[in-house]
Amino acid sequence: MSLLLIGISHRVAPVELRERVALGLDEAGELARELAAGGGEAVCLSTCNRTELYLAGDETLPDSAARAVTALAGRAGLDEPDFRAVLYRLEDEAAGIHLFRVAAGLDSMVPGEGEILGQVREAFEAGTTGPLLDRLFSQAIHAGKKVRTETAIAESPASVSSAAASLAEQVFGNLSGCRVLLVGAGKMGELAARSLVSRGATIAVVANRSPDKAQELVGRLGGRAVALEEAATELAGTDVVLASTSSPVSVLTREDVERALPERKGRPLFLIDIAVPRDLDPAIHELEGCYLYDIDDLESVVAESLAGRRREAARAEEIVLDEADRFRAWQASRDVAPAIASLRALAEEIRESELERARSRLERLTETERRAVEAVTSRIVDKLLHVPTVKMKEAAAGADGAVYADALRHLFGLGDDAPPGRHSRQ
Amino acid sequence: MVELLFWPALFAYGEAAVAYVGNARRPGRAGRLATWGVRVGWLLQTGLLVVQAERSDGFPWDTWAGSLNLFVWLVVTVYLFWGCRSRYRLLGLLVMPPAAVLLLAAGLGGAAKTHADGAYSSTFLVLHVGLVLTAFAGFTLAAGLAAIYLWQERRLKHHRAGGLLGRAPSLVTLDTLESRVVTLAVPALTAGIVAGFVRLRSDGGSLDALMVFTLLTWLVFTGYLVLRYGLGWRGRRAAYLVLAGFALVVVVRIGLPLTHFS
Repeated sequence: MSLLLIGISHRVAPVELRERVALGLDEAGELARELAAGGGEAVCLSTCNRTELYLAGDETLPDSAARAVTALAGRAGLDEPDFRAVLYRLEDEAAGIHLFRVAAGLDSMVPGEGEILGQVREAFEAGTTGPLLDRLFSQAIHAGKKVRTETAIAESPASVSSAAASLAEQVFGNLSGCRVLLVGAGKMGELAARSLVSRGATIAVVANRSPDKAQELVGRLGGRAVALEEAATELAGTDVVLASTSSPVSVLTREDVERALPERKGRPLFLIDIAVPRDLDPAIHELEGCYLYDIDDLESVVAESLAGRRREAARAEEIVLDEADRFRAWQASRDVAPAIASLRALAEEIRESELERARSRLERLTETERRAVEAVTSRIVDKLLHVPTVKMKEAAAGADGAVYADALRHLFGLGDDAPPGRHSRQ
Repeated sequence: MVELLFWPALFAYGEAAVAYVGNARRPGRAGRLATWGVRVGWLLQTGLLVVQAERSDGFPWDTWAGSLNLFVWLVVTVYLFWGCRSRYRLLGLLVMPPAAVLLLAAGLGGAAKTHADGAYSSTFLVLHVGLVLTAFAGFTLAAGLAAIYLWQERRLKHHRAGGLLGRAPSLVTLDTLESRVVTLAVPALTAGIVAGFVRLRSDGGSLDALMVFTLLTWLVFTGYLVLRYGLGWRGRRAAYLVLAGFALVVVVRIGLPLTHFS
């Protein structure tokens, strides 16, 4: 049974094309069932960065592959020859390694991004899988988890808003219960605020020059709206300040924060300033327990963490290659396992038929003696087949498994193997 | 039997110490190896202490080396409460290398032997030693937490937090844990000092330099609690105070063999 991958990704196709071929989870499951029709296996993995079809089968594979290309080209609204220009096609081991890299986040725009592993799992669950894709996807998910636990690739933030939230977590730990003062009601501020809210923080106050805009944002994120001039009076009850106004002068000064400190009783204050020009007086950072990060600081945190992710990616690649080796060994052992099983079945059949032929002569024996004869013949068969079995498995771990399996079938006149079972997980 | 437990325990702590260093450079497998080293070492050392307690008539850790052995066990015990979580592996880096070195020193000083007759027979004295050592173990852990707090706070202040993210507990967590450990350790030290004074009075002894330093330690950590809960001292100032108190703990530990076991 062979493995084939057909797909497009952010590496070869622009977003305009990727969005046309993207599949919802239900559509992915439906397409997988269509492509697996006729005895094959199929999984469709579709994310914002890629749409990939993993196909497994024997004689049905070329037909499935052709239907897969037609289906994707149809969705893209392109002629097949044009579409093939942006399509990549990987086979067997290369396809396996690619999936392991995808699950580990190594093929993502941001190395180690966390969402892809869940998307691989969902695609697997929606697919129509059999022994090959079951094993491939299970091992890919395992590789993805291993990369995330054994390397620091996924530990650091990859965007300004997630860097702000991660830094806030470094100060407060769990952000649930943390009260956020939002200064300004712009798009950037809202994005960063959402990142904080997604980690459990509460928007307590939105201070803005325009009351209507503040009220709109309160409607979306919660809290209460106040005038921009009142922001300083809210500092005592705030844990995080997120500033993003277009004000040409500082909205909060060192003196404003200093006045609030006695009431805060030593609780730290984390301030994020993503406005240009800056909204928060840089001198605030000098105050004890106050941590002020402006847009440059956040961007340097992101740059540093991306560099760290790239360093960790080298270690992740080693893990992926180890897992790919294990998959290859398993796949190779599949080439010889049916031949070994057939050989053992043949030997057992011969043993039983010979015992049957000798039945009349064995009738004189007692029950205990007959059992002893059965046991002796079984042991002879086992011992004779032990070395060939071990040698076959060793050959399978290398690259000669299929050759040995064919030789075995030829020498002993063994028949073809039965096709493996498959199932749709939906 | 005792030696059979002591050296493997030391080896496990040593392995944990080395693995924590490896984990700081490359988080992951080394961290898990370190955690298992601490667990296995602690179990072996616990077995060692149980055997020593069974074979002794009095207080089995009445020598300098014995008290160091017990002290290391208490420090690792307190650390084990939460230290095996991956976020606290940085604390392990501060705790386990000194723990391994101190246990080695204890072993070279004869901690891997059993005393049939302990010199401490008075219950008050046993209470005094046990409680003071427990409190000192707590202060040691609090100092580790304070050190990590200051390191992390400095990185946040210098905007060099990128490489730090995800590696250490948050400032608030470190600060809270540090205060909780001190809050539990101060009553233990208070009770230990009271027990010591009762024994001192019954024996008609007088104050020595070590006792004065122990009282100073109590004063610093009690002051910490007053300042923290009364005046809202938190964060950096509180961490410095804990480190100052820990410096006195070190003085007492170093002074112990000079004043009590010479």
